[in-house]
Amino acid sequence: MRVDVSAPILARNERLAAENRQRFAEAGVFVLDLLASPGAGKTSMILATIDALRDRYRIAVIEGDIASSVDAEKIKAHGVPAVQINTGGACHLESDMIRRAVDTLDLDEIDLLIIENVGNLVCPTDFDLGEHAKVMILSVPEGHDKPYKYPNIFARAEAVILNKYDTLSVFDFDEAEFREVVSRLNAVAPVFPLSATTGEGVDAWTAWLAERIEAVRAGSGPAGLVGQEGTDET
Amino acid sequence: MSGVLEACTATARREGATRINEIRVRVGELSEVMEDALRFAFEALSPGTLAEGGHLVVENVAATSRCVECRVEFSHGRFDVACPQCGNVFCEAVSGRELEIESIDIDLPGDREEGTS
Repeated sequence: MRVDVSAPILARNERLAAENRQRFAEAGVFVLDLLASPGAGKTSMILATIDALRDRYRIAVIEGDIASSVDAEKIKAHGVPAVQINTGGACHLESDMIRRAVDTLDLDEIDLLIIENVGNLVCPTDFDLGEHAKVMILSVPEGHDKPYKYPNIFARAEAVILNKYDTLSVFDFDEAEFREVVSRLNAVAPVFPLSATTGEGVDAWTAWLAERIEAVRAGSGPAGLVGQEGTDET
Repeated sequence: MSGVLEACTATARREGATRINEIRVRVGELSEVMEDALRFAFEALSPGTLAEGGHLVVENVAATSRCVECRVEFSHGRFDVACPQCGNVFCEAVSGRELEIESIDIDLPGDREEGTS
């Protein structure tokens, strides 16, 4: 006998993500999910973003790593609340991990919550955490051909940061080709070339982020249209 | 896959099933899921459950989108997603990201033990 099930495979994750999203909306918190390979500069980018926006917004960070609290310590040393999630081997964060981390934060005291996902260009893409935007970072030394190899993350990101831009002259990185492939995968995501360590280009990125935060505060909804980032999401 | 088996065995139990012959899942072309990995996980995890000895059927779902301007629906790959009629790149995803359990085929207590469907 055939029985209809019609359930998403990630049903539990999606239900908890919706609950997270509701909590973030009630507390007026903008949530950013930052995705990149290991070593692309996620933590440095977060520190640069904190420096640029800490006078305007109250910021907190959730750090996802397989092991250690190295990253959370770096953020805390900057005077910003940070919660470390150790996935113990899992290659991505899931929404119940975020829920438990958020339980330890006072959302009413936060305007911007940055989630540093586990360094990985594949699995985090399919997991909704309840965030407002997924943003990905690629660093110049990784090479301009990464969008061919990991297309989905570029297709789903709402913005692409090209980090370590100050090293462009040392590496064989074809920026024009990179931009062309990214635009073929995602015609609407802006690309921000910058260096988190020198600060070059960080302004354009933080201006975009601040605009998104203000749009959510003004109640104009989660995103507006972001091309292929489907409007099938709730 | 453990989530798939949990959901399927819960449904099967609710129906009073003695065995799950088949599990049908739908996987979108744009999702990061490998059919081989699903099959491997099914074979590793199904023994000892109602689905032991059953089949996993994976249905691949093509990627399609709808233009927000002229409402044309079209299929596409990962690259160069744009409306074939007006060239607009603002398109709503219609299909291709599916990761869902469609249905199960079960035996009920009265059924003869015949193996698969």
